[in-house]
Amino acid sequence: MPLVLEYTLVFTTVLALVALGGMFSERSGVINLGLEGIMVIGALAGAIVTSVLSKANCPNFLNVIVSIIASMISGWLFSMLLGIACIKFKADQTITGTALNIMSTALAVVIARMYTKTPSSQVDYTRQIYMFSYDGNVGIFLIFMLVATFASYVFLFKTSGGLRLMSCGEHPQAADSVGINVYKERYLGVSISGILGGLGGFAYIVQSAGQWDFKYGVTGFGFLALAVMIFGQWKPIKILLAALVFGLCQTVAIIYSGTLGIPQFVYKMLPYIVCMIVLVLTSKKSRAPKAEGQPYDQGKR
Amino acid sequence: MNSTFKDKIKSVFSNLRNRIRDFFVKGKQEKSGLQKFLTTDAFKNFLSSVICVIIGLLVGIIVIVIVNAPNSAEAIASILKGGFNAPKWQRGVGSVLVNAIPLLLCSLSIIFAYKCGLFNIGAPGQYVIGAMFAFLGAFFLKAPWYVCLILSAIGGALWGIIPGFFKAFLSVNEVITSIMFNWIGLYLLNFVAGPEAGIMYNENLAECFILPKSSLLPTLGFDKMLSGYKYVTVAFYIAIILAIVVRIILNKTKFGYEIKATGNNKDAAKYAGMNYKRNLIITMAISGALAGIAAGCFYLTGYEVYSATKQTSLPAMGFNGIAAAFLGCLNPIGSIFSSLLITHINVGGGYLDTTYYSKEIGDLISSLIIYLCAFSLFIRLTITKIQNRKKELAEANNATPEKNPDVKEEKVGEKECH
Repeated sequence: MPLVLEYTLVFTTVLALVALGGMFSERSGVINLGLEGIMVIGALAGAIVTSVLSKANCPNFLNVIVSIIASMISGWLFSMLLGIACIKFKADQTITGTALNIMSTALAVVIARMYTKTPSSQVDYTRQIYMFSYDGNVGIFLIFMLVATFASYVFLFKTSGGLRLMSCGEHPQAADSVGINVYKERYLGVSISGILGGLGGFAYIVQSAGQWDFKYGVTGFGFLALAVMIFGQWKPIKILLAALVFGLCQTVAIIYSGTLGIPQFVYKMLPYIVCMIVLVLTSKKSRAPKAEGQPYDQGKR
Repeated sequence: MNSTFKDKIKSVFSNLRNRIRDFFVKGKQEKSGLQKFLTTDAFKNFLSSVICVIIGLLVGIIVIVIVNAPNSAEAIASILKGGFNAPKWQRGVGSVLVNAIPLLLCSLSIIFAYKCGLFNIGAPGQYVIGAMFAFLGAFFLKAPWYVCLILSAIGGALWGIIPGFFKAFLSVNEVITSIMFNWIGLYLLNFVAGPEAGIMYNENLAECFILPKSSLLPTLGFDKMLSGYKYVTVAFYIAIILAIVVRIILNKTKFGYEIKATGNNKDAAKYAGMNYKRNLIITMAISGALAGIAAGCFYLTGYEVYSATKQTSLPAMGFNGIAAAFLGCLNPIGSIFSSLLITHINVGGGYLDTTYYSKEIGDLISSLIIYLCAFSLFIRLTITKIQNRKKELAEANNATPEKNPDVKEEKVGEKECH
C-alpha cells in the first residue's frame, strides 16, 4: 500500500473514532472538551495491558481483544469524571473538560512510571499483532471505525433511542416533559464518548509507534477530533468524510515535512490552519445542538 | 495634654471595643458581625476554595502513598514545603515568586475574558507568542527590557484578537479557535526560536542564546534582599499593579460594567446599546496582552532559557492560569494568593525524589484543584445549607421565631462567584 494512503487511513481511523465519541456527547447536550484526556487514558490502559499480556505469552487473539476492551473501559471510567461533575453536580463543562485534559497527562506519566519502574514514562508494546500485515500500519481499528460510523448513523437517525438522545441536546425540557430521562440520556452520551475516545487513543498510539512516551499526551489529536466533529456537522457520515480530509492533511504534514523548500513548521501547522479555514467556511450554516453546554436542572423549567 | 484630646482617644477606644465585641458576641436581637461575615459570599467563596485545595492535596497524598509507600512521608513533606525545600529560604521564596508572577498574569487573562463570558483557553498560545515577540525584541532589535515587555504584550494581544475577531464576525466558538491557534503559535515560536530560522538558536546547547544584559528585567534590589537570587525582578511590581488595575477596570469603570453585562446576558447588553463586537474584541485583546506579558515577565528574567527542540507541547503556564483563576474565585486579588499556592505545590513537586516519584504529581494536584473548582457552586450551596440548618436549630432552641431579613438564600441558578 502506498505510504500516503496508509497514513491517511491511520489518522482517519483515529479522528473518526474520537469525533464520533464527541458527537454522541454533544448530541446529548454535554460539551466534551476532555476528549484529549480520555484518549490519553485509553491509550495508557491499552498499552500497559497489551504489554503485560505479551510478556505473559498470552495468545495474540486474546491479547488484542482484552487490550482493546481495557482501553474502552478506562476511557469510559475517565469520561465519568466529566459526566458526574457536569450532569449530577451541574459543573461548568468547559472547565471540567480542561481539567481532565491536564489531569490525564499528569496521571498517565505517574502511572506509566509506576509500570516501567524507571524514570522514563515510555511504555513498550508489540504493535504488529494489531496490524493486517506484519510491517503495515493499518490495523483492525479500521474495522472498528467503519462499524462505529455506520452503527451510530443507524442508531441516531433510525432508532427511537437515538432520537431520544438527540432530543436531550436540543431541548431537554421538552424531552423531559414527554417522559425521557434527560440525566440518563446524557450519561449514555458521555459514556459512548468515553468508550470511543479511549479506543481512539489506543488506536492512535498503536498505529503510530511501537513505544509511547506518555509525557507527550496524544499531541493534540483530541482537539483536532473536536474540529472534525464540527466540520462533520455532528453527523456520522459527514464526520467520516471530514476525518478523511484532516487525515490527509496530517499525512501530508508528516510525509512531505521539510521538502519542497517550505519550512517544516508550515507543515506542522497545516492541519490546524486547514481546520480554521474549514470552520470559517462552515460557520454560517453550522448548527450545534441547541442545548449543549447547559446543565439540565429538573427543578428549573 | 488637654482633656478634649484625652476624651477623644477614650471615645475612639471605647468605640473600637464595642465594635470588636459586636463582631464576636451575639446581640440580643441582631446577629453579631462574625455571623454576618460567615454568611457573606466572599467567605463562602473562600471556604469553597479552601475545601478544593484540601481535597486536592489529600488525593495527591493518596497518589504518593500508592506510588511508593515507604518513601511517602518524605515526599509529602517536600510537596507541602514547596520552595522551602531549597537549602536557603531566600532561594525558595525566589523560585516560587519567579513562577508565580507569570501564573498570576495568566490567571488575570482568564478572569478578564471570563467576565465577558469568554473562556480564554488560548492563554498558552498568547503566552508563546508573547515570548516570541519578547525574544525578537531582545535578539533582533536589541531593545531594552521595557520595549521587550511591551512587545510581548502586543504579541499576546494580537493572538488574543484572532479568536475575538472570529467570534465577533464569523461566529466561530472562541474555545475551538483558541485551541487551534495555541498550536499554530507554538510551531511559530519553535520556528523562530529553533534551528530552522537560526536567528537566536545556540546549536551547541540546543536552546536559545542567553539574553543580552540590556533586555533582562532589572532586579530593583530584590537580589540583595534574597541574598543574590537574581531572578525576582520588576515583574513582581508589574504583576501586582496589573492585578489591581484589572480589579479597578472590572469594578469601577464603564468598560468593566459593559464587559460584565455582556458576560451575564449578551442579548440584554446589545439591547441596552452596548457595542457587543467592539467590547468582545477589546476584551480578548486585553486578555491576550496579559497572557503575553506573562511570558515576557518569565523569560526576560533569564530564569529559564527557551529550547525550541525540547518544548514540543504547549507550556503548562497558560493552563495552570485557569486553575489559579478559578481557585481565586475569579477575583484578581484572590488570584494573587491562589497563584502563589499553586506555584508552591508545583515547585514542591519539583523537589520530589525522581527515583521514586515523577514531578508531574504537582501538576496532578493542580489539575485536581481545577476539577474540584468546577464543583464550587455545589460546595457553596452545601455551606449555605449547613448554615441554614444551624440557624434553624438555634432558633428552635431560643424559641424566638424571629425572621432575619439579612440572610440571603443562595440562588440555585447562580453561575459564578463574584
